[in-house]
Amino acid sequence: MSEIVKKVASGDIRAVAKLIRDIDDKVPEVREVLKDLYPFTGKAYVVGITGAPGVGKSTLVDQMVTHLRGNGQTVGILAVDPTSPFSGGAILGDRVRMQRHSLDEGVFIRSMATRGYFGGLTQSTRSAIDVLDAMGKDYILVETVGVGQDEIDIVQSAHTTIIVLVPGMGDDIQALKAGILEVGDIFVVNKADREGADRTVNDLRLMIEMDEKRYKDGWKPPILTAQAVFDKGIQEILEEIENHKAFLASSVERQSALQHEKARHDLTEMIKDQIIQEVLADIVNSGEFEQALQSIAERKLDPYTACDTIVSKKIKSGTR
Amino acid sequence: MERNRQIKQGHRKIRVLVAKPGLDGHDRGARIIARAYRDAGFEVVYSGLHQTPEEIVQAAIQEDVDMVGLSSLAGAHMYLFPKVVELLREKGAEDIVVCGGGIFPEEDIPKLKEAGIKEIFIPGTPLSEVVKWVEEHVEPRD
Repeated sequence: MSEIVKKVASGDIRAVAKLIRDIDDKVPEVREVLKDLYPFTGKAYVVGITGAPGVGKSTLVDQMVTHLRGNGQTVGILAVDPTSPFSGGAILGDRVRMQRHSLDEGVFIRSMATRGYFGGLTQSTRSAIDVLDAMGKDYILVETVGVGQDEIDIVQSAHTTIIVLVPGMGDDIQALKAGILEVGDIFVVNKADREGADRTVNDLRLMIEMDEKRYKDGWKPPILTAQAVFDKGIQEILEEIENHKAFLASSVERQSALQHEKARHDLTEMIKDQIIQEVLADIVNSGEFEQALQSIAERKLDPYTACDTIVSKKIKSGTR
Repeated sequence: MERNRQIKQGHRKIRVLVAKPGLDGHDRGARIIARAYRDAGFEVVYSGLHQTPEEIVQAAIQEDVDMVGLSSLAGAHMYLFPKVVELLREKGAEDIVVCGGGIFPEEDIPKLKEAGIKEIFIPGTPLSEVVKWVEEHVEPRD
């Protein structure tokens, strides 16, 4: 076992921080470390918190941490914010709401940028979850930018997914229906002192009750109200997390089906990632790609043909 | 080396912590700097107002940043800035560059530099210069 694996498994903060950085920067050597680290994972309970920007996810997470710490649980937090598609830079501001926990040895907070990945949760985030798991955190809270329907990646990595909304999203709920609303295990209407909270709760209830498939599965997602800034409704959220945890553990078949689904998702994503990294880079750096671009720009060639030619050539050369 | 080549290709991103130690509540400058860093392609962790040096150092380590940018407008820089450097050293994280910005008496600047603050930016410094300094003096960790 390498030195770094030992350090991470014993909870060394610097080692953990540096490893996550190496994961994020895609340093090739990291792969071997992650392989050795894997046996130490699988113990933490992962909770995903997602919702539109400004609904109060960070504040909610901050309060949840306080409660979890009060119960003697250790907590790892991954706060994911978007990377600017123009500069490649990012401002990661979720710490602002959580800084009071920064001196607590039982809490590890890490901000991550999406780095241009669609889906809200990157391969790096998944690996970072493993790292915090291996360092021995009891709970890992993953806060993601849940801005749209595709941003449901978190579900596959989290045991419990919490969707946070605010009053006044009445009509928007309709629009969101096919997206994040289908993946929530717990719904929280935050800032519930605002006008329209009841209506939002009712809209949600209607939406969930129509979702028979999930309902049949035995878990009916609870809808809670909260005022995170005032620490109202947080205890109830944690209780529902425990309920959901117990529900997942109550059936061996359900548990193994979930494990299987997670394994399928993780492996598929990992393969996809590696193919993109290794094969796409090759293609984009090739003269043929440049030529094709030129031809398409001049409208001498259509992109469909260009794509077929390049891909089929690449696949042939790859299998040789 | 394979790894170096990758890093040169831009895989290693500069990570910066922008923090406001002490009690002044004016973070407009810090936010503008954060925005300029983002536009330069850095990943900027912003930790908000009223931070103690201990909190800043803990954040810098957990976030594994290459640089900490401190902003102070309230006059306590002679205590707060060197304290951050000292605590980083204590934690074995002296490789993290510390620089500062804000309003300081001119005679304080050499003293701050002596205490290990790599650079001091005073009002009127163009954003482009602040960014350029980081690009030239802060190497993403190997």
